[in-house]
Amino acid sequence: MFNKKPHFVRIVSSFWASSIASELEYRFNIIIEILSVIGNLAGSLFTLSLFYGPNNNLGGWNWYSSIVILGIYTFLEGFTTTFLQPNLSRIVRHVQNGTLDFVLLKPVDSQLWLSLRIFSPWGIPTMLSGLILISFGLNFSNSEISIKIILISSLMLISSLLILYSLWFLIASTSIWFVRVWNANEVLRSTLVAGRYPITAYPDSLRKVFTFIVPIAFLTTFPAEAMLNLLSLKYILFSLLISLSFLYITTKFWNYALRFYTSASS
Amino acid sequence: MSKISVRSLTKNFLITEKVPGIKGTIKHFFKRRRRKVVAVDQVNFDIEHGEIVGFIGSNGAGKTTTLKMLCGLIHPSSGSINVAGYQPIRRQRNFLSQITLVMGQKQQLIWDLPPLDSLRVNAAVYGLSNKEANKRIDELASMLDLSSELSRPVRKLSLGERMKAELMAALLHRPSVLFLDEPTLGLDINSQIRVRQFLSEYNNKYGATILLTSHYMGDITSLCKRVLLIHRGNIFHDGSLIQLTQKLAPSRCVKIELTEPIPEDSFRPFGEILQYKGHLIRLLIPRSELALNLSSLLDKFPVKDLEVTDPPIEETIGKLLKAGTT
Repeated sequence: MFNKKPHFVRIVSSFWASSIASELEYRFNIIIEILSVIGNLAGSLFTLSLFYGPNNNLGGWNWYSSIVILGIYTFLEGFTTTFLQPNLSRIVRHVQNGTLDFVLLKPVDSQLWLSLRIFSPWGIPTMLSGLILISFGLNFSNSEISIKIILISSLMLISSLLILYSLWFLIASTSIWFVRVWNANEVLRSTLVAGRYPITAYPDSLRKVFTFIVPIAFLTTFPAEAMLNLLSLKYILFSLLISLSFLYITTKFWNYALRFYTSASS
Repeated sequence: MSKISVRSLTKNFLITEKVPGIKGTIKHFFKRRRRKVVAVDQVNFDIEHGEIVGFIGSNGAGKTTTLKMLCGLIHPSSGSINVAGYQPIRRQRNFLSQITLVMGQKQQLIWDLPPLDSLRVNAAVYGLSNKEANKRIDELASMLDLSSELSRPVRKLSLGERMKAELMAALLHRPSVLFLDEPTLGLDINSQIRVRQFLSEYNNKYGATILLTSHYMGDITSLCKRVLLIHRGNIFHDGSLIQLTQKLAPSRCVKIELTEPIPEDSFRPFGEILQYKGHLIRLLIPRSELALNLSSLLDKFPVKDLEVTDPPIEETIGKLLKAGTT
């Protein structure tokens, strides 16, 4: 697990300060990035309006509660853009160029370094719009809002982030053997698109796959149910257990993978 | 106790082989032919506190593999390593805070930002206070003659400036064991000399132990009293550079400039002719016959100028390695 050190906060803030500074080095690129964030948001809202209407009912989910799921999905998308994509695709480059050496020689947990080294601000607007969609959906679903629900919802959202992170990190770790694993990450990203809709909207067989094989249900549907106060305690505990197990597996797997690291020749 | 101690260190790699051409590619895609290669074979050595040791050998001799095992980057197949009292592969925090690895071909500096930003990240990683980090940055910068370069993006620095900044990043935490893999690679002669001076200064000041690989013999001759010559994964020589030269080059090189050209054959009795250009001759004369032969050369021929040197160490080692392969 990550080793917490007193200067953990300082390390992470120096990481993020330098990655934001790197982004700001290219001024023209910033304009392009801002335009692309706006374009993406407009695009997904348009798609949403085509798929759903106020009277639609998808797998037992009405329009507003589906919005909560879409909000969670959008939030995860932003999280992917800000943390997962930039950091974990760097692992592949590190392995390819042999610069993983420098990471492994620092007195900092290498998994922590590789997972948090880069902070790309471009996912923040997406994360915010995800949160807005969640609140909008919840507000119009007339569901009960209490401290308990907020607490459980946050826990479920965190466990969903942890599961998503673990899936990415597991795939990125395999680059120690296979070096180029971009495609696998792309496949993962497109599979996760399924999380945009309630899991109950899918046929039974797919539902099982999305719950037990690729845990998409744990990413969006279960957290949304928790927010709408529809999820039983059993599933809440199960979700937390799953996410912590995933996290544990990633650290074990990473340390195992490192045994096979040969370091690209100089 | 020695700072670095290596016993029966061995590393085997499994490498895949591919026959060229489409057929070979298809075959390679479905079935990889693997072969075991012994990169480092039963190597033993000790390095004392504050020693600077040159690690030399041809490409693929096992230098980098050994260095990487000493840093704890790759697992040895067998044997034991002790660096500063630690077993490197466990990569304990205290161990990592005491060592550094500089690779001439790889860089840790953030490409788009000035070196100072990378240094700040390293300061945080090694838990240095801002005050301490600034003090060390100033000190290293003055030792390396860097100033305004530290505020320019790394991508805009010259190779020499970049290497100096890399050294700063690698030494900010003041490691006591330095593993340097071709630190002067590609640098012009002035930068090479500056880097050598810096390393020697750092070694004096902090008593650091340095293991250095380089293809530039100048680095080795000016820094290392002791060299380890590795060939095909085995240590071929462990001792002083002088011993190595004497062992490898029992002759000296004599360059003679004549006032008028003399036929090549007249010089044959004096030694091996390395170069003949009419009035310019380079001879290789055994050390034992040197004095006698020099006086007869001066007697017999119209010598305008005469110079006695050791044969270039690159040539000597090249010869040895060639001899080792046959």
